[in-house]
Amino acid sequence: MELTGAEIVIRCLKDEGVEFLFGYPGGAVLHIYDAIYQQDDVKHILVRHEQGATHAADGYARSTGNPGVVLVTSGPGATNAVTGIATAYLDSIPMVVLTGQVPTSLIGNDAFQEVDSVGITRPCVKHNFLVKDVKDLALTIKKAFYVATTGRPGPVVVDIPKDVTAHKTEYEYPDKIEMRSYDPTVKSHTGEIKRAVEMILSAQKPMIYTGGGVVLGNGSEILTELTRYLGYPITNTLMGLGAYPASDKQFLGMLGMHGTYEANMGMHHCDVLIAIGARFDDRVTGNIDKFCPDAKIIHIDIDPSSISKNVKVDVPIVGEVDPVLRDILGLLKEGKSKPDKTAIEQWWKQIEEWRSTNCLKFETNDEIIKPQQVLTELYKITNGEAYVTSDVGQHQMWSAQYYGFEKPRQWVNSGGLGTMGFGLPAAMGVQLAHPDKTVCCVTGEASIQMCIQELATCKQYNLPLKIILLNNRYMGMVRQWQEFFYERRYSQSYMETLPDFARLAESYGHVGMNIEKPADVEGALKEAMGMKDQLVFMNFLTDQKENVYPMIPAGAGLNEMILI
Amino acid sequence: MRHIISILMENESGALSRVAGLFSARGYNIESLAVAPTEDPTISRMTLVTNGSEEVVEQITKQLNKLIDVIKLSDLTEGEHIEREMMLIKVKAVGEMREEIKRLADIFHGRIIDVTETTYTIEWTGSGNKSDALIEALGGTTILETVRTGVSGISRGEKCLRM
Ligand SMILES: Cc1ncc(C[n+]2csc(CCOP(=O)(O)OP(=O)(O)O)c2C)c(N)n1
Repeated sequence: MELTGAEIVIRCLKDEGVEFLFGYPGGAVLHIYDAIYQQDDVKHILVRHEQGATHAADGYARSTGNPGVVLVTSGPGATNAVTGIATAYLDSIPMVVLTGQVPTSLIGNDAFQEVDSVGITRPCVKHNFLVKDVKDLALTIKKAFYVATTGRPGPVVVDIPKDVTAHKTEYEYPDKIEMRSYDPTVKSHTGEIKRAVEMILSAQKPMIYTGGGVVLGNGSEILTELTRYLGYPITNTLMGLGAYPASDKQFLGMLGMHGTYEANMGMHHCDVLIAIGARFDDRVTGNIDKFCPDAKIIHIDIDPSSISKNVKVDVPIVGEVDPVLRDILGLLKEGKSKPDKTAIEQWWKQIEEWRSTNCLKFETNDEIIKPQQVLTELYKITNGEAYVTSDVGQHQMWSAQYYGFEKPRQWVNSGGLGTMGFGLPAAMGVQLAHPDKTVCCVTGEASIQMCIQELATCKQYNLPLKIILLNNRYMGMVRQWQEFFYERRYSQSYMETLPDFARLAESYGHVGMNIEKPADVEGALKEAMGMKDQLVFMNFLTDQKENVYPMIPAGAGLNEMILI
Repeated sequence: MRHIISILMENESGALSRVAGLFSARGYNIESLAVAPTEDPTISRMTLVTNGSEEVVEQITKQLNKLIDVIKLSDLTEGEHIEREMMLIKVKAVGEMREEIKRLADIFHGRIIDVTETTYTIEWTGSGNKSDALIEALGGTTILETVRTGVSGISRGEKCLRM
């Protein structure tokens, strides 16, 4: 039977197993919205801004591993989605974004609501397509899902002109697909794996450093097994938190600009660095010339272009994290040699000494709420089991430092692009995917205002998020930099004329709370977590001048941290 | 160092801009770029000349390989290869200069393919860096137009870049 392009779009999503479609209607996608109306296989989530749609789809993807799917109209719909597409791109999140386009006959005419969506999104997608003929539609959507979810994942845009959604053709959705120009399967070199094993065993002061790739590649289980087998210390990047249980004694915490003393010192002094699914980002390495001066480096990554991009490595292994780590562990167990026990014990002694500085300690008082206190309480009250999303700023770093993530995909944040406005919509996606779980969004009073309109979406779909606003009345992270590096000239970083957040939340139909005293933190969190069916917006008035420590200033090496 | 990278890619609209966009976004330089379909009309072949350290060129080839439209590529400069560029150059040719230009064209194995009372157009084909030598040699005359195709290249011997 012949279907219209619009019907084909929806059938493709259904056949692809898509649960939720995050979207916002408009002229160019009206045919598709009509097709949505006439089915209930794919559930459409109506957001309040296209940026919200992309972040929600992204949060869904990060917390499940399945691709997030978005539908927006042409022109402003597409441009509003760009921030979310770029956010997903920098963190390698699988996403398929369908954008409406003006009819093919009008393309290039500066038609109403026309932008070159393929051109605008090109630098921030894994790939994009413009569909010119309805006959290519199903195949293109299949390709989009295939490209988005395989290899190093990423967002893919499919731009669909309005007339293509009206034209009819036979529907056929391929089960499998091959593209001659794209082969995501990689088989790693046994030779390199052997060399890696030798190097791992030769280490006197080893460090395991892992990133978001381990989460994305579902490599957490084997990583944990391997790390425990070796008995080596491990640190995670901001994106990699949860891939190794934070409560484990081999875990040194996060590394990098706001990493722990023990993790950064361990990095700086190690002699063998085992980097897994991490990309040597500048926020992790600090000054690249001072990075791991004595280390031989093994780098395992699915993307060859990540290897030796910023830091030259000694043993490059291109491959999927899970099979590569399995091969390594297999060889280790087969072989006669074992890690150098005495050397490793010595190394741990040194690490424990660093650890004893207790770099994340903080002081509480009776007067003013410390943000770290809120997160520590939150961890206790949720048994460390909540999904936590965050926005960008100090609160993000405190979440990463003080909420010990035990499981991968539990921690959802915009690491690469650092997009304020991410937290709330991302939490919606997480909650939709995990309706029975506690989902918290830790945010700042500046960030939350960037996508606050999504509180209405939360009401419409009964998403009982717990929003933890650490309200310091400053763009805290900006203020911190101004305090340290601009002689306290707090240029434009004070948040004037804030709304009454609790009442604002109430006006959207949610529960609002104001918490001003340290003694009330625990009670308020407990009360909020008890309201299982309601979104609770907790406005914590926190210490205005609290800073994130430790900190590595720009240009410094990992051993040159500012402690408190 | 100068590298000549040969790329087989899907002959799709937009494929060229993906390559150009990659170079500008990542700050790599392109000295020249020549592209046209191959014997298989669904595949284009691009020859790209770039400059950079070994590390930069390694990144360039990795990033190019990552583009979904790129089927295969090879760095021709890694092996024996032939490179050619075609140039059309129109010069002012009056009085005794006419003889002189004719002589120069012959020396460089160029051909004069269009003649008017005041101009000559020379067609010249050769390896990329020699085109500069010809332009320099013509320095004494007035060059009216220079049109270069950019370098194309191919490996010597049986080595091939094909599907
Ligand atoms: C969209 C966007 N604009 C600007 C920035 C730069 N920026 C980074 S952190 C920050 C301040 C965030 O303030 P707030 O949300 O209150 O969090 P806090 O740092 O106080 O915890 C700003 C402006 C950004 N990351 N994203």
